[in-house]
Amino acid sequence: MTTTPDKTATDLVSVTIDGIQVDVPKDTLVIRAAEQVGVQIPRFCDHPLLAPVGACRQCLVEVPDAGNGRGFPKPQAACTLPVAPGMVVSTQITSEVADKAQQGVMEFLLINHPLDCPVCDKGGECPLQNQAMSNGQGESRFVASGSGGVKRTFPKPINLSPQVLLDRERCIVCQRCTRFAEEIPGDPFIALVERGAMQQIGIAENAPFLSYFAGNTIQICPVGALTSESYRFRSRPFDLVSSPSVAEHDACGSAIRVDHRRGKVVRRLAGNDPEVNEEWITDKDRFAFTYATQDDRLTYPQVRDTDGSLRPASWPEAFAVAARGLAAARQQGGVGVLTGGRLTGEDAYAYSKFARVALGTNDVDFRARPHSAEEASFLAAHVVATGPDGGAVTFGDLETAATVVLVGFEPEDEAGAIFLRLRKSAVHHRTRVLAVAPFTTRGLSKMNGTLLPTAPGDEPATLASLLGHADHGIDSTAVILVGERLATVPGALSAAVDLAARSGARLAWVPRRAGDRGAVEAGCLPNLLPGGRPVADAAARVDAATAWGVDSLPEAPGRDGDAIVAALLAGDLGGLVVAGVEPADTTDPAATTAALAAASFVVALGLRANDVTRAADVVLPVAPVTDKAGTFVNWEGRVRGFDAVLSNPASLPDLRVLAGIAEELAALGHGAPLGFRTVEEVWSEMAQIGPWDGARAAFEPVALATSGAQGAQGLVLSSWKLMLDHGSMQDGDKHLAATARPAVARVGRAVHDACGPTVTVTGDRGSITLPAEVAPDIVDGVVWLPAGSTGRGLLADVASPGTRVTVTGGTP
Amino acid sequence: MADKSSESKSFKEQFIDPVAGFGVTFRTMFRKVVTEQYPFEKLPTAPRFHGRHQLNRWPDGLEKCIGCELCAWACPADAIYVEGASNSDDVANGGERFSPGERYGRVYQINYLRCILCGLCIEACPTRALTMTNEYELADDNRTDLIYEKSDLLAPLLPGMEQPPHPMADGLDEGDYYRGIFAGNTTPAGTGGESA
Repeated sequence: MTTTPDKTATDLVSVTIDGIQVDVPKDTLVIRAAEQVGVQIPRFCDHPLLAPVGACRQCLVEVPDAGNGRGFPKPQAACTLPVAPGMVVSTQITSEVADKAQQGVMEFLLINHPLDCPVCDKGGECPLQNQAMSNGQGESRFVASGSGGVKRTFPKPINLSPQVLLDRERCIVCQRCTRFAEEIPGDPFIALVERGAMQQIGIAENAPFLSYFAGNTIQICPVGALTSESYRFRSRPFDLVSSPSVAEHDACGSAIRVDHRRGKVVRRLAGNDPEVNEEWITDKDRFAFTYATQDDRLTYPQVRDTDGSLRPASWPEAFAVAARGLAAARQQGGVGVLTGGRLTGEDAYAYSKFARVALGTNDVDFRARPHSAEEASFLAAHVVATGPDGGAVTFGDLETAATVVLVGFEPEDEAGAIFLRLRKSAVHHRTRVLAVAPFTTRGLSKMNGTLLPTAPGDEPATLASLLGHADHGIDSTAVILVGERLATVPGALSAAVDLAARSGARLAWVPRRAGDRGAVEAGCLPNLLPGGRPVADAAARVDAATAWGVDSLPEAPGRDGDAIVAALLAGDLGGLVVAGVEPADTTDPAATTAALAAASFVVALGLRANDVTRAADVVLPVAPVTDKAGTFVNWEGRVRGFDAVLSNPASLPDLRVLAGIAEELAALGHGAPLGFRTVEEVWSEMAQIGPWDGARAAFEPVALATSGAQGAQGLVLSSWKLMLDHGSMQDGDKHLAATARPAVARVGRAVHDACGPTVTVTGDRGSITLPAEVAPDIVDGVVWLPAGSTGRGLLADVASPGTRVTVTGGTP
Repeated sequence: MADKSSESKSFKEQFIDPVAGFGVTFRTMFRKVVTEQYPFEKLPTAPRFHGRHQLNRWPDGLEKCIGCELCAWACPADAIYVEGASNSDDVANGGERFSPGERYGRVYQINYLRCILCGLCIEACPTRALTMTNEYELADDNRTDLIYEKSDLLAPLLPGMEQPPHPMADGLDEGDYYRGIFAGNTTPAGTGGESA
């Protein structure tokens, strides 16, 4: 599937470059046509994903015949010149004029460029350095003239944002960064200022370059002018070992490149994957990697001692203690498994199999966030085992769709690559973006989107009204993207399914975390076995049991996350296996914390110490994604595999730890061993089992909720997590944290007038005081708060989204 | 030579030649002795002898090393290990300054088991932080002590120098340091420094 679908149908144009005739599509630029015949014309400002500008003039070529029999009298910039039929181009390879012109431009560019390559971060991977060698001359004529050989310097460096630094004397004003900021994310906070030799990139006073995508400018800068605080002077390109990998911060599965040195990751760059993230990644994907090297990283197993404290233990002892405790808990009602949404597909599969085979239960759920049975049914019926091969919605489809409807989903915050793709298609291809949301966000306005004003809870009604709507009715050319937040609205997913079925529009589910979709595929749900086998289907159970070599699998439908917490509190469940779950993210943080205390036996697998590991009876450290191979499945259903970046024999993946516990459990007479110990073994076992070829689980729609709370007091709380907030996977980079958007409450003008610039929002779990900002078009009776940017998080401190809160004037 | 018969030796051949070699011996007896009584008596080396390295300081005691690792890159024997860190003037928040400018060498090690004393590192150093002394006694009975740390390599504090960390001299920036301008010494030292 190609991301530029309408290129094949266009006419071909025949041009001659350096004596070689080549047929290229109409409107191709000469610089790209030259690449087709294997000629590299030097360039700085040109970038395939940015509009041509002709700023640096390095790509000058001679054009003896422009296709009309006459040539251009002077050399032309190849990056802005489209081909014409019969055009003849001579590059520096065959034309002395072009070669001399290029050398002259290079000499100009180097007049003021400092010769600090040995201490410059870009030295070694610098287009200017490389092309000065290939297309420049050794001597400059500007050394001893006029200025006496003294180069123009600036006090160095200046901060464009807390994360991005600019060394102005290195800049060659190619404008790649300003064009990126304006064209790609639509955050034009940097621009050219001054004139002549003093021309430089600048920011407006008090308006730093705060974009979620600012880090991309550092990568595309063809000189070392833009550097990041976190990588500046840390290393040189030739010191680094680079490994391709996949970003673990959202469900887009963006390709990245991880560079490490001396056993530590020092930087991450965007990979080039035209089908997924093109060449861009979010700043979170780029800079948030220090979480794995924090001081609270768990490095050895611990078990609860007789005096109640955690003490270090060996791996065999920890496995044995965990197995004994889980065996006892099985007798006391059973063991639940909460996996969290950060696991690789292989690890999620291991949890799924561990729950069924070793613990004999379907009480397993990956959703460490508000969720519902409707969502589980939706995932089983419409999401699992779909993918680009099976015709599911892809990034490319977002670009070609006539209309994209966003429901319960804010792409700029929750899936950066989708935001960039939607903005690209909205700006270039006139895709219409409709957002079912309470107010127009900055992201929506950058996508030229239309708001369908909807208070939280009213999404089903809005979705139902879309069919045959006069202004923005949708048909089979539309794509509906539903976010994971929609699970909290009863009937909303049913309404989306209904709308898709009636209109023929395509439907896709976009979770927020990287491991969510893989956990669905692996069966970390109470109603699903791996590969989309429904638990309720006897044939599917037999199929999975045969593949796993066990007699039978548990039949009873499992408890979901909330039910596991409730059962632990009620004493119906004895034990808990928990991995990567923050209690503050769950539906009721207080209940989850209480459930951890109430459980008779808790086994926690974790990367770093947190409230869960402190409450656990056995703590088992697991490997971060840099230390293990694995796969993430992105929202499309595309499988994104990656290898281990660092070799660290001391950190084991979750699946190895679970295999160890399962072997001890089997020795105690409970269940069977998992039958694998390495990622490769799990991968081949998953491939062998494959997706379910029987009937899919049927979707059980939930009736549209009638908004009976019309007369209730207070405002409805709307909320989602900003991309950069207090999340534990952003720990350790204070410069990145400083680029986060400030936590503000978004309110209507009337509320703002009544309560003033600072408001206190009080819900059933507490209250919070924040600066208020007016959202002009916010639906009456709605207040918006960021979910993870304050204190312990909104769910713990204030209330659940969708509930009623009161807003009063507060004192800052 | 060809007309001489081999059976009759001349007077020179018979009497002078056998003892001529002792002439060298006698001559040398009256010359100055070249033997050095090392280690009882230590003689100075040639002035530009490549001996142990030294990490130099600015006249106020700040270190010249900026942690750029160019010496480590130049080293053909891979004997140098450097880790840089950032200077900070934010003393209130625990910030420390060891050198002018942005960075300093937090860790600096030279492994004299590997070092071949070639001096390429000295040529690579952009701030003249690394130079070589004439110290040549680089032997020990264990490997660990032959890895010299930054504390072993730093030049001693001369009068007027202050032990870092401390801020740069009043009113000066790193450019002034590199140009050799100090309080009371406003003329460039002529050491080159940054080559503009």
